Amino acid sequence: MSGPLTIFDKPNSLIGKPVDRPDTKRLLQGRGKFVDDIQLPRMVHAGFVRSPVAHGRIVSIDLDEARAVPGVIAIYTGADLADHVEPYVGVLSHMAGLRSAPQMPLAVDTVRWTGEPVVMVVASSRAVAEDAAALVFVDIEDLPPATDMERALEPDAPVIHPDFGNNLAWERTVEAGDPDAAFARDDVTVVERTFRFGRHTGVTLETRASVVDYDPSEDTLTCHYSGQAPHMMQFIFAKHLGLPEENVRVISNDVGGSFGIKIHTYGDEIATAAAAKLLQRPVKFVADRLESFLTDIHARDHVVHGRIAVTREGEIAALAFDDITGIGPYSMYPRTSAIEANQILNLTGAPYALENYRANAKVVFQNKNLMCQYRAVGHPIAMAVADGLLEEAAHKIGMDVVEIRRRNLVKDDAYPCTSATGMKLDDLSHHKTLDKLIETMDYDAKRSEHAALRAQGIHRGLGLVSMIEVTNPSPMFYGIGGAPIASQDGSTIRLEAGGAIHVSSSVTEQGQGTNTILAQIAAGVFGVAMDRVKVTTGDTKTTPYGGGTWASRGAGIGGEATLQAAHALKEQVLDVAGVILQAKPEALDIVDGHITDKDGTQRMSLSDLARTVYYRGNELPSDMTPELVATRHYRVTDFPFVFTNAAMAAEIELDPDTGFVKILNFWAVEDCGRVINPKLVDEQIRGGVIQGIGGAFYEECIYSEDGQFENATMADYLVPMAFEMPDITIAHVETPTKTSVLGAKGAGEAGTGGAPAALMNAVNDALRPLGAQIHQMPMTPERILEALGTV
Amino acid sequence: MTDTQTISVTVNGETASAAVPVRQNLVDFLRNTLGLTGSHVGCEHGVCGACTLEVDGAMVRGCLMLAVQADGATVTTIEGYGDRASALRAAFIDRNALQCGYCTPGMLASALEYVEGGGGADRAAIREHLSGNYCRCTGYQSIVDAVCDVIEGEGS
Repeated sequence: MSGPLTIFDKPNSLIGKPVDRPDTKRLLQGRGKFVDDIQLPRMVHAGFVRSPVAHGRIVSIDLDEARAVPGVIAIYTGADLADHVEPYVGVLSHMAGLRSAPQMPLAVDTVRWTGEPVVMVVASSRAVAEDAAALVFVDIEDLPPATDMERALEPDAPVIHPDFGNNLAWERTVEAGDPDAAFARDDVTVVERTFRFGRHTGVTLETRASVVDYDPSEDTLTCHYSGQAPHMMQFIFAKHLGLPEENVRVISNDVGGSFGIKIHTYGDEIATAAAAKLLQRPVKFVADRLESFLTDIHARDHVVHGRIAVTREGEIAALAFDDITGIGPYSMYPRTSAIEANQILNLTGAPYALENYRANAKVVFQNKNLMCQYRAVGHPIAMAVADGLLEEAAHKIGMDVVEIRRRNLVKDDAYPCTSATGMKLDDLSHHKTLDKLIETMDYDAKRSEHAALRAQGIHRGLGLVSMIEVTNPSPMFYGIGGAPIASQDGSTIRLEAGGAIHVSSSVTEQGQGTNTILAQIAAGVFGVAMDRVKVTTGDTKTTPYGGGTWASRGAGIGGEATLQAAHALKEQVLDVAGVILQAKPEALDIVDGHITDKDGTQRMSLSDLARTVYYRGNELPSDMTPELVATRHYRVTDFPFVFTNAAMAAEIELDPDTGFVKILNFWAVEDCGRVINPKLVDEQIRGGVIQGIGGAFYEECIYSEDGQFENATMADYLVPMAFEMPDITIAHVETPTKTSVLGAKGAGEAGTGGAPAALMNAVNDALRPLGAQIHQMPMTPERILEALGTV
Repeated sequence: MTDTQTISVTVNGETASAAVPVRQNLVDFLRNTLGLTGSHVGCEHGVCGACTLEVDGAMVRGCLMLAVQADGATVTTIEGYGDRASALRAAFIDRNALQCGYCTPGMLASALEYVEGGGGADRAAIREHLSGNYCRCTGYQSIVDAVCDVIEGEGS
């Protein structure tokens, strides 16, 4: 740890201030720059023929009629592209035993999920491409599909990759202490439940989109890409299309929602890039909404059989569960689809001091769309299982759900420590956040009110969750497994001739406000006003190398790199100023765009200094060669992740006649370390909670037994809308992480990770007096009525 | 299918004439032919509201209306709201009522319709009015706050 420790207290620090986001002006004028807004000379459009069945053998493909459509420029089958694209395999070397088959951008010989791209048509317009695609005839011989993940491992299940012998992709067991002995104790109460979590998906409002241009004169590929990890995609395009990495440029300008959907390798996007290279002209592919539902990664499909044992005093004696999850026919490249199950093993029960723990996960192949990382990877399952079992156990032993948490949560002064699940934890505040939550929501008054209302036939419920969230991943996550995913990020800051500064960072902006917080950090640490900072992100050609934005790492990693770079630039500028002003650099400061004495007396403007260096170097000593640009990189060391924690609560009202649930209130108290901009953080948390509400009550990718996606439209797949959503009360506890000077952890995923658990607990609180419980998400009215035994 | 028809529309105060495919929807015409890319396409079946824009004084879904149906009409997109939306824009910035900004042009159109229609600072009514517009990033709360701010500001 290095750098100044007083930057947060300086009068010109903007860290912690709710400043406005400069980017919003553009977006509110309709001047955003999304990928589909791009029109390039000679640009053509890609459309895809997709598998109509979940599993089948491609017998033949007839392209004659499609080729005859005026405006069709090229048609490619899987075999055509196989000569031009190196196959990809989604495994990481540190996840022992994980296996996946080589994948190609278009199916070759066999189709393995409904929606898998089979043929690409490139035409003068998207409409013509679709016209022609409709005339392609793909003769597919049906093969029996393995769609049900619980049955996919049975001996008579169809095997999706015959070479593998069965459909098991990966299995891992974590064990600590002696859970069997703890469950067998005669002084414990055991609660056992089966939880089911439906498949859902990100539904980014801007669908996946890319415009890829290839210049044969220099062998360069430029991809305008709606994505979160430009440098990762640079590597992937280069490796799999056979290009020098330095010849590939990925530009991610405005990105219309991502949530983890846009950090993966999709066949239609690789095919688009291959077509651009083969045709030597720009090719655009923008997924339509049906394509998004069928092929954007899905998440959360888990069945968990869980058990908890608690003593009469409410101490957790043991926690154990078995998780089974279906990931589709391949492990997604390059992050792998086993990560979600792995996180569930790591995170379940991790807020609690428990000694006896066993968790097993089986990750299975199935003939449905691929599953992979989506916002709050694994967290909703981990939190719902642990806190669902815990609240049920509390009721069984007659203890309040807050009290049982207080008896089990790791003490705030117990850090650093290692959880039973093997996670290194530090700087957490479970008790402080829970206390603040109880105070904010007026817990006791709510309980009394609910009891009184229940007597009048009004069924309300309260549910809580205490959670941890994975943020700021270190290289010990993907890097160790051989994936081209940077966990370090860089920031370059230069002094402009006009006295402004320009920040160029490898973290990316998808609406979180990344560019704003980088500007806040740089402005305050360096010493200029916010409006004198320009920020560039999302361009592999002009930004330092880094990982982009995922796993809530933009502020904690990109922000720290920016802080360090701003500090370094300031030292450089003061060195020059010392010579010009014949003063000691340490006697000078930079405040509001001016070099000042320590007492604030202005000596010269930054513009004067920069113009002297850039234009009038003759005024400087000949042995002085100033650098007014500084780059710093930062990565988390010592810890695999920097965890945050939160306590959340939901209040719902249940109509037992209809099964409808109204969310009356939601409270979230998060400790994301140092809050850089509360206005942005609060709405990040709220947006996260809303996605969590979606998972809890609305969102589900419904498949038929034979693998047809039955609700793949926005009219049929429900997401939270304004009318049904509550106002959400946010409060903060700030425990800065000691891993950085900035002290910022991530804040993007806690709501999505925690809300479903709180909501399920709240519904069960309301159902309990009616003799019913539900452990399946989404908690649809029908499922609630089933739980009540009325349908 | 290449049938085309020539249409004439007034868009953001300027008259445009073009031969459009009869099957082309209005938002594709505005985006691809006129280069007005502020209106976005989210679902192409009238559910998400990202393409909401104004035709002859009514807010419509640009993906559910054919360009030929706009022949002779006056169309206003986010690029053409001008001062009408300045209070809402300021409130959206102040409240951070947008994140990725993709839904924002449609959301702003629906909010403008509510405010200009004389809607009150009633959170439930605002939420109901905006319930045809998906926002996947915010919690909607900041959008409701922004609309309330404008209404209460105008009332004072």
